[in-house]
Amino acid sequence: MEQIIANGLYLGAQYALIALGLTLIFALMNVLNFAHGQMYVIGGFVTYTVYAQLGLPFVVGVAASGVTLAIIGALVQKFLFGPVIRKSVREESTMLLAAGLAFLLDAVVLLLFGEKQRGVPKIVNGIFNYNDYTIVMPYDKILVGVLAILAIAAFILYMQYSKTGRAMRALAQDKVAAQLMGVDVDRYSIIGFALGAMLAGVVGGLLVTVTGINLGMGGPTSIKAFMMVMIGGAGVISGAIAGGFILGMLESVGLTVLAAYGDITYLVIFASLMVFLAIRPQGLMGKPWG
Amino acid sequence: MAVGAFLLTVFAVVPWLIHVSGRWDFYYTLTSVALLSIASGGVWLTFYIGRINIGQGAFALAGGYVSAILVTKYGFSFWVTIPLSGLFCALLAVLIGLPILRLRGVYFAMITLVLTEVARLAALALPITNGARGISSIPLPGELSIFGLTIIPDFSTIGNVKLAFYYLATVLMVVSFAGLYRLVNSRVGHLCRSLQQNEELASSIGVNIAYLRVIAFAISSFLGGISGAIFVAISRSIYPASFPVKDSVDFMLNCFLGGLGYVFGPMLGTLMIYFGWDLLFTTGRFQLLIYSAILIMLIVTLPNGILSLPLFNKREADK
Repeated sequence: MEQIIANGLYLGAQYALIALGLTLIFALMNVLNFAHGQMYVIGGFVTYTVYAQLGLPFVVGVAASGVTLAIIGALVQKFLFGPVIRKSVREESTMLLAAGLAFLLDAVVLLLFGEKQRGVPKIVNGIFNYNDYTIVMPYDKILVGVLAILAIAAFILYMQYSKTGRAMRALAQDKVAAQLMGVDVDRYSIIGFALGAMLAGVVGGLLVTVTGINLGMGGPTSIKAFMMVMIGGAGVISGAIAGGFILGMLESVGLTVLAAYGDITYLVIFASLMVFLAIRPQGLMGKPWG
Repeated sequence: MAVGAFLLTVFAVVPWLIHVSGRWDFYYTLTSVALLSIASGGVWLTFYIGRINIGQGAFALAGGYVSAILVTKYGFSFWVTIPLSGLFCALLAVLIGLPILRLRGVYFAMITLVLTEVARLAALALPITNGARGISSIPLPGELSIFGLTIIPDFSTIGNVKLAFYYLATVLMVVSFAGLYRLVNSRVGHLCRSLQQNEELASSIGVNIAYLRVIAFAISSFLGGISGAIFVAISRSIYPASFPVKDSVDFMLNCFLGGLGYVFGPMLGTLMIYFGWDLLFTTGRFQLLIYSAILIMLIVTLPNGILSLPLFNKREADK
């Protein structure tokens, strides 16, 4: 039981960090970033290159992932999403663009890094063993979990207390009012997109030490991120965190409890999600109709 | 007039050209285009009521499995399984649609995307679908006869199966799109458009929005189901990975690219995307890169679809 909770917390911290980036981009621009999983994959590969191939410290690798993705995010918003949002009659067009972007990033990853599964050497060796095998967890997983939680905390503090964070929250709340108060929408949209992409990159960099990384992980990651955002409510930061931890916990419990019935954890989670959304369409903390 | 030209092209000119040039493989390509545009037409209808549907892959997969299981395990004739798989999907759509159609915008898009993934997982987990091994060596469609009168001969006795499937797919495509066109220009179609614009307002003047959107979603899934069923008959096999998330996204892209405001948008979009992808095959490993770059450029320059080009809208402007 304790083991399940520990696993759930570890998964939840990762998931929450992924969902945070997605929900931030959604809150600011009403864009559903299909390419989020691909951004995560790129982050993983950058850390792999820096840490495993160039032999630099792991922290540098994660930082490099974050910076690379921030740059990609900023460019994508400036040259792709920004113009399309301005020109398009229907806001769904951004979704098509995001899907196209997902294909493009997949292609880039394929050309730059190939399609092989890549792993990196362990960052810390050893296994944490609490109370004679009630909780067993490798140290590197614990480290990754702690780093993820630190990143979440830093993100919340940044959104809460910095000038940029306040501006972005204002934009998410009411675009027109924020504009009237002198918030530069274009500028903060770019910063927001960069920040959201950066979070995806950081998680990719962190998780490459545990699960490794390959080209095919992008799509499933996006889908998990969507589920978390739906549980918590789209565009709400607290919702993304809650959704991440809830999905992590459900997955951890499901894998143990439902193991006897085969691989049906996600089937069950989805069915429950549908029932839940029928009762509460906006998720746990979302505004009605996002 | 334009419709006549289109029908002539599809049923006479294209087979003649293929016959002359000897490129028999084009039949397979065009059959796929026809089937994919049927499924995309369904997706388009959900767009028409203002919902972004990325779940068509799930219904195509379900339709394919229904047809495959009925044919291989229960000895049904393939021709009976086409409507049956469509109806099964429609029923499924009603059951799933009742709760999830209350969601809007991005929420609906996300849950339908998840639905595609879940369909794959369900196909892996359910006992009747034979897990990851899927169902293979499905027999070719048999004879269809009424009172001893052969309407469609047994496909295994026909010399040219590709041509037969081509006609089957294109006839169904024409019928589906004629149906869609009729639907969109009927009273129900206008009501659907009112949903797209403002559901509360529509509801306040007495439109039964819950009923309409479930019907639209069911029709959409019906089209997805029959296209899946015929795909299975052509490839003679089905696996849980037959219709992955990429297909669901592609159906949506087809609609977008053609233009969401036009009934025949999905057909044009499918044709362009499918052929564009095939033509780029020669570029080898850069295929996906070039394809997605072109796609993105098209979206940036033409956010409202190809049919929104002035070239296609001359008559609209003249009115």
